[in-house]
Amino acid sequence: MATKGKDAQSPLPDSQAQTESTAALLRELVAHLRQNRTQLREEWARRITRAQLLTAMTEEEIFAEATSVYDNYVEALETGTFEALQAYARNLSERIIPRGVETHEVVGIVLLLRDVLARSLFSKYHEDFDKLNRILDAYEPAANRIANTVAVGFVQERERIIRQQQEAIRELSTPVLQVRERLLILPIIGVIDPQRARQLTEQLLRAIRTNRAKVVVIDITGVAAMDSNVANHLVQTVEASRLLGATVIVTGLSPEIAQTLVTIGVDLSEMATVGDLQGGIEEAERLLGYKVVPLEELTPKA
Amino acid sequence: MEVPILKQGHYLIASIQSALTDADLSQLREALIERVGRFRARGVIVDVTALDVMDSFAVRTLRDIAHMARLRGAETVIVGIQPEVAFAMVQLGLTLKGVSTALDLEEGLAFLNVQTQIRIERGGPGRLDRG
Repeated sequence: MATKGKDAQSPLPDSQAQTESTAALLRELVAHLRQNRTQLREEWARRITRAQLLTAMTEEEIFAEATSVYDNYVEALETGTFEALQAYARNLSERIIPRGVETHEVVGIVLLLRDVLARSLFSKYHEDFDKLNRILDAYEPAANRIANTVAVGFVQERERIIRQQQEAIRELSTPVLQVRERLLILPIIGVIDPQRARQLTEQLLRAIRTNRAKVVVIDITGVAAMDSNVANHLVQTVEASRLLGATVIVTGLSPEIAQTLVTIGVDLSEMATVGDLQGGIEEAERLLGYKVVPLEELTPKA
Repeated sequence: MEVPILKQGHYLIASIQSALTDADLSQLREALIERVGRFRARGVIVDVTALDVMDSFAVRTLRDIAHMARLRGAETVIVGIQPEVAFAMVQLGLTLKGVSTALDLEEGLAFLNVQTQIRIERGGPGRLDRG
């Protein structure tokens, strides 16, 4: 729809005729690009390699992708619709993002293609400057729009993947595990932000209800740092669990965290703390009335 | 709406069925405290499973019930607080300090059994019986 954009820019009485001539110029352009497909495509692939873009891919792969990008590019120029190109850009991004292709590379190759094609137009029409001007008038808006579409498609795809992975990390990051009947452990690893703390608490409370847990051991060995916000979240989690009838034992407070908590004056008097996870589980077993005995001690009596 | 109070052995069970007004809550408090004496109850269970909201007045009333019942010789346990309610409560700072809680009615009964047993062993009401 590049032609429409042109209409808006120059609402002259003869805009109808101009639109037609633009369409005609684009047709001529497309014919030229189709004719020189092999040669331009090769030139483009060469320049990609020379600019050291797409280093994560082999030369054959670059050539294969270059071919499809080229064809889609020409098609978008011809039809003036970008849906197919958009879909292709998304598909391409999906394939190349996992291989570590960067945004600047994708933008770079599309701009290179634009330049290669513009050069070929220069050399074709260099004798007729007026014609060259009109051809470029038709070509540039469409080409820029294509570059824009591909870049935006790539970034959108990337953002979608990032969102998806964040979601996955978030789900993975808070496993609530049952170690014994009515005993849950919640190992926390990494940074706790308010959102995660909230999710953590919700998951824990739900697990307490479904597993009918009486004791919960929260292990924070994997938490590197803690500020007053996080500490308050922890206290809230402990309180909420108590309201559901479960006792919470917190284990694995590192010396640094202990020091910070005392320095910033968080009231942890309501919280049962035990040195490490093992101690926490032993304490929890004691609360539940379990006693772990080595087998040898049992056998002589039997 | 009046909350039905059931007597089960040595325990009183008040099962809240729907959202309560402040007046209903006060009425529940009075009725429970009165009945603790009348039935010589050792334990009180307040079941709040049906409540999906708990405001400050409700929390204060529950706490008052627990403290008053203790003064009259009965242990109180609040059962059935929903996860969402618990989360909202701690965020509002309504944490029912000093009041026992349990997951559900079954847990509450088990808790009271243990609790009253400890009292008897410590030489509570059962001391004279054992002579």
